[in-house]
Amino acid sequence: MGVKLLLDKAHVEGIRYYDVYRREGGYRSVEKALKMSPADIVEEVKKSGLRGRGGAGFPAGMKWSFIAKPEGVPRHLVCNADESEPGTFKDRYLMEFLPHLLIEGLIVASFALGSNATYIYIRGEYAWIPDILEQAINEAKANGWLGKNIQGSGFDCEIYVQRGAGAYICGEETALIESLEGKRGNPRIKPPFPAVKGVWDRPTVVNNVETLAAVVPVINMGGEAYSKIGVGKSTGTKLISACGNINKPGVYEIDMTISVEEFVYSDEYCGGIPNGKRLKACIPGGSSVPILPANLLFKTAKGEQRMMNYESLSDGGFATGSMMGSGGFIVLDEDQCVVKHTLTLARFYRHESCGQCSPCREGTGWMEKILKNIETGKGKMTDIDLLWDIQRKIEGNTICPLGDAAAWPVAAAIRHFRDEFEWHVNNPELCLTQNFGLAHYADAREVVA
Amino acid sequence: MFIHIDNKTYTVKAGKNLLEACLTLDLDLPYFCWHPAMGSVGACRQCAVKVYKDENDMKGRLVMSCMETVTEGLRLSIEDKTAKAFREQVIEWLMTNHPHDCPVCDEGGACHLQDMTVMTGHDYRRYNYKKRTYTNQYLGPLINHEMNRCIQCYRCVRYYRDYAGGDDLNVFAAHNHVYFGREKDGVLQSPFSGNLSEVCPTGVFTDKTLKEHYTRKWDLTMAPSVCNHCSVGCNTIAAERYGQLRCMLNRYNGDVNGYFLCDRGRFGYEFVNSENRIKQALIRSRTNEAATESEIMEHVQSLISMSKVVGIGSPRASLESNFALMQLVGKENFYQGISEDEAHLNRLVVEMLRSGCVHSVSLKEIEQADAVLIIGEDIWNTAPMMALAVRQAVVKTAASQASQEIKIPVWLDSAIKELAQEEKGFLATLTIATSPIDDIATHSWHAAPDDLARLGFAIASYLQPGKIVNTDFSEALLDKAKKIGDALKKAKNPVVITGTSCYNDNVIKAAFDVAVALNTGERKTSFSCVMTECNSMGLAMMGSPSFSVANENIKTNGHATAVILENDVYKHIPSANADEFFNSCDHVIVLDALHNATTEKAQVLLPAATFADGDGTLVNNEGRAQRFFQVIPNTTSQVQESWRWLKKLQTLKLHTLNGHALHPDDLLREMETALPQFEGITNVSPKHDFTIHGEKIPREPHRYSGRTAILANKNVSEPKPFNDGDSPLSFTMEGYKGTPPSGVVPFFWSPGWNSVQSVNKYQEETNGALRGGNPGLQLFKNKSDARDLFFNDVPESFVVAKDRWLLLPKYDALGSGELSSYTAALKTLSPQPFASMSTGSLQALNAKDGDMLQIVDAGIMYGSLPVKADENVCDGVVLVTAGLRESMGMSWGTRVQIKK
Ligand SMILES: Cc1cc2nc3c(=O)[nH]c(=O)nc-3n(C[C@H](O)[C@H](O)[C@H](O)COP(=O)(O)O)c2cc1C
Ligand code: SF4
Ligand code: SF4
Ligand code: SF4
Ligand code: FES
Repeated sequence: MGVKLLLDKAHVEGIRYYDVYRREGGYRSVEKALKMSPADIVEEVKKSGLRGRGGAGFPAGMKWSFIAKPEGVPRHLVCNADESEPGTFKDRYLMEFLPHLLIEGLIVASFALGSNATYIYIRGEYAWIPDILEQAINEAKANGWLGKNIQGSGFDCEIYVQRGAGAYICGEETALIESLEGKRGNPRIKPPFPAVKGVWDRPTVVNNVETLAAVVPVINMGGEAYSKIGVGKSTGTKLISACGNINKPGVYEIDMTISVEEFVYSDEYCGGIPNGKRLKACIPGGSSVPILPANLLFKTAKGEQRMMNYESLSDGGFATGSMMGSGGFIVLDEDQCVVKHTLTLARFYRHESCGQCSPCREGTGWMEKILKNIETGKGKMTDIDLLWDIQRKIEGNTICPLGDAAAWPVAAAIRHFRDEFEWHVNNPELCLTQNFGLAHYADAREVVA
Repeated sequence: MFIHIDNKTYTVKAGKNLLEACLTLDLDLPYFCWHPAMGSVGACRQCAVKVYKDENDMKGRLVMSCMETVTEGLRLSIEDKTAKAFREQVIEWLMTNHPHDCPVCDEGGACHLQDMTVMTGHDYRRYNYKKRTYTNQYLGPLINHEMNRCIQCYRCVRYYRDYAGGDDLNVFAAHNHVYFGREKDGVLQSPFSGNLSEVCPTGVFTDKTLKEHYTRKWDLTMAPSVCNHCSVGCNTIAAERYGQLRCMLNRYNGDVNGYFLCDRGRFGYEFVNSENRIKQALIRSRTNEAATESEIMEHVQSLISMSKVVGIGSPRASLESNFALMQLVGKENFYQGISEDEAHLNRLVVEMLRSGCVHSVSLKEIEQADAVLIIGEDIWNTAPMMALAVRQAVVKTAASQASQEIKIPVWLDSAIKELAQEEKGFLATLTIATSPIDDIATHSWHAAPDDLARLGFAIASYLQPGKIVNTDFSEALLDKAKKIGDALKKAKNPVVITGTSCYNDNVIKAAFDVAVALNTGERKTSFSCVMTECNSMGLAMMGSPSFSVANENIKTNGHATAVILENDVYKHIPSANADEFFNSCDHVIVLDALHNATTEKAQVLLPAATFADGDGTLVNNEGRAQRFFQVIPNTTSQVQESWRWLKKLQTLKLHTLNGHALHPDDLLREMETALPQFEGITNVSPKHDFTIHGEKIPREPHRYSGRTAILANKNVSEPKPFNDGDSPLSFTMEGYKGTPPSGVVPFFWSPGWNSVQSVNKYQEETNGALRGGNPGLQLFKNKSDARDLFFNDVPESFVVAKDRWLLLPKYDALGSGELSSYTAALKTLSPQPFASMSTGSLQALNAKDGDMLQIVDAGIMYGSLPVKADENVCDGVVLVTAGLRESMGMSWGTRVQIKK
């Protein structure tokens, strides 16, 4: 049983409500933080090594220290609860079952950053969650944790919940800011960075829900102690939302010292592949990170065991590795078709492109069409090279990382499963009714065993 | 500073982006979303180049050239293989959904997308799927919409919304289905919508009036021209084929209109093709009215030698024509064809600008102002492009403050927009009624002209206490004055704008006094006064008495023949007075291009050229003399410039006909001698005999087609090209192929650059002056020995009278042009005439919103008008839509009676 810092109380009856949450030790971090100086809090978070949980893994304390502090200009903290990446649903779990944990983290972070008005920008499809959050906010306010002069500290803070309208791109922090300002959710060009000019032209920090919730244990146990959990630069615990062909889909808190193999097969986590099927591939960090075939999932190219942490998951670069991303763990068994799966993702990215820059707007649509043809037996061999060429020219050449996010899954699929694409082209009839199957991607577990 | 491009070293200006630097160096680099007037947003990704860390870096990094600032020693490559392949790929991407229907596309042959496609070398398309299609929208009679051709560069919305302040065009939906249009079908509301046709790099937004008589750019005969429709004098290109004016295009002038025109200017050209044109000389006393040129000359000659002759000039005729008339009738018999009220105001403006106390400001300088005060003029509707310039000033001031704060280059539009957000530079609009420009104003105040003037004087006295001694300013007024005065004091380059359209000299004097009071020390204050017509300033500078004086003289002395130059007197003068004038004339000779109330009074009618079939010079309200050139060749009709008619009459009269051809140059030389205030006017453009390497400048592009076929139905041999001999421009496609002198650029075109974007090849640098300097000559020199002029003429507050209403004009950007109303499309957009009054006034009249009212002035009953209640009109004032036929000749600025 690994360490649990976030979900340790998740199963306590009534933890969603203030009284229970408080009774279980909630809001202690606020009490502690209000006695510290904001700079000291930032220092603690820096020490903790806490990395952003929204996908990019940027150190949270560092980000906080970048916030500009011009005289007389309000600053804002924005909580990114847009969670729209296919396969990622950890923030939803946190907000739904532990709303006070997020509110608590938000208050500490707001105090550290000097934000008197803090926003939670929440994905439109999470239609029922704003009520839960607002209820928690009201409770916190009624108990003096929000509003004017919090706990007599002289610090004022309000938290507002803003619902998005269902665009994935509004999870990108600058598009989120635009949307929060009431504009079309197009990503901004940086610089200026949000830390200098964010919402309404004011210095702004955008953090993921999980990042902000993790601030609570960081303050409670101290940065130093937090940094001791985990390994290397993967400190603390991480929520993983696991789905796909596994026995126990759900949200798991891991301490980043376990192996991928253990995560997939242990009964504490995913519980193995159902129906005695073999593992074919896995997307370990949300739909935009590279897919890995079974043989590369459990072992790195160097032959080492692959662990569930930032460094190990990305070991080998994109050639043989992937990314921790936002922790959306998608498992594919031997019956799944990688071409079809890639098409599904391509359709998603095409649909979610904001339409601002040419490579992403036009490239994603084209890739989808080609994949659709290959998937339905109408593809040509040259289509595979064309796909490769298009994704390569999108990557790195767009305004925001959605372009990359659209290119990587296609690139990885071709890189590791080219023979499956070729099989589709060579078997235009067969591919409509049958699957390529596991082929030579041995289930690493069998090899291990 | 130095930069290295493909291993060659170049000198470039600091602060520019790489794209601007490359274009300025005459290197070709494709782009879409960047626009010289709107800056960079990095959306299309077309302008990619490689930059290298240092000379050892072989790999380099792909960047968008429009997004990177030049730095000392920077190394970049345009030719790099990856960069080229990427640029080609961008075109291929854009083409995946572009219908490529060039043969039926109005943009074809002048299309930036075509040019850029060829430039990148993309030729083979790997995309073989269905393209997305859209439904097009009806956007009104001016702009055509063909959305399938869109390449999503976002220029249209950036122009329409951010640059021009419109709000009814937007981008909808997302991903590869973004849509640029209106929320639903309907007329585009901005009076600057026409620029979409030049801003859009494809055939999505095109000129709908051109569609009525479409011609490809390569088949157009084109000539440099100057807009006729207001006193700003925007530079245009007039384009002709088969004797018909086909369209007007923008002609870049870095000091005046830059890249844009207003819709009145762009679309108001159709009067040239109008059925109402006078094409035939008439002698109305004869049974056969039509007269040959020699008949008419002889007839007129006999009329003008019989009795005293008075010449009535025109604020819409060229300097040449006005001067030729002055020469014909004698200086003492020449009158401005406008009312004494207006002439008085115009004289005042000339006196102000001539004094040299304050700088007469150009549109470009207005754009750079850091505070703007407008007193008494609704520039949005009377000088639209000036309003657009003021908008840029207001937006740019906020932007430049923001950019200094965190060191963002001003061209980085995306960042600047975020930084400036809703902030605006200082603009105060003190006018008689609301105007769309109020939307961006920091302060707006609407009052009667005298009260506006009082506020102006109060500001002046606040700025320089002691200069104006008036103790009866109210507290409220002083408070306003202080607020505005304080904001103006903070500025380094404030501009004060006023105008003649409220027919009140106090307003203009007050504005001038503010400008003078502000013009101290470090601060350079500029001044502008909007006038009514395209050559109001030129006419006013001639310094002749008004029509009213002519009328008096004729009444007392009797027996005169009147020669009326391009002037519908009924437009300027109450009809009773005009009738009176015509009744006292023995003979009335009229030169004009269109039939109107005055031409009906003519016993002799001479067909005059419009701007499109003649040459001439106009002086805009800034005092800038600008030349326009004939574009419609005239081989058969009698139509000719008024000055040519008049000059021919003069030579006939003086028996000096010696076979010399007449050129505007000769006339201008005589004018310079006779009227020294026009010194330098001969240098406004190269002379008629100017050639480069012995070659004239062709009005027709090198790809002009069908010239041997055009007249083949008459004669199979190709006729000798028409030659008017008046200018360095020829009516052929042969001639000098390089860049002509800036004043005689007939079109923008350069190898590989067939669209309007080719203007970059004519500029010294992007957004800079045209090569050789922007055309036009400022006639008011800034004098170092400026005469001290200050009016200090504070009027009494406006008093509401019981049954007398102050009649003031309400102009309309599209509807209020005498000539532009002949464009059917503009006519449909022109408002129906109406009056507006405050509810208080309506109560006093016992009338309500929607009632029909009749204006009675000096015994003249005008047609009845529906009245609208308007809270922003002050009590005691009635505003009437002006510039429409229904409100011609009204005595603006006087008190009138109103009947229900
Ligand atoms: C297309 C796109 C979608 C994103 N969606 C999310 C999201 O739903 N939630 C999130 O926290 N971060 C998302 N991000 C990352 C954010 O831009 C940002 O990096 C993050 O909110 C920072 O928080 P962190 O530092 O706490 O991770 C997205 C980024 C991109 C490019
Ligand atoms: S990469 Fe895609 S989502 Fe991002 S700005 Fe460009 S078009 Fe929009
Ligand atoms: S309509 Fe024209 S200007 Fe607008 S985005 Fe499309 S191509 Fe660009
Ligand atoms: S009407 Fe005036 S503002 Fe409009 S284009 Fe003509 S000169 Fe310019
Ligand atoms: S012109 Fe540079 S990205 Fe569009």
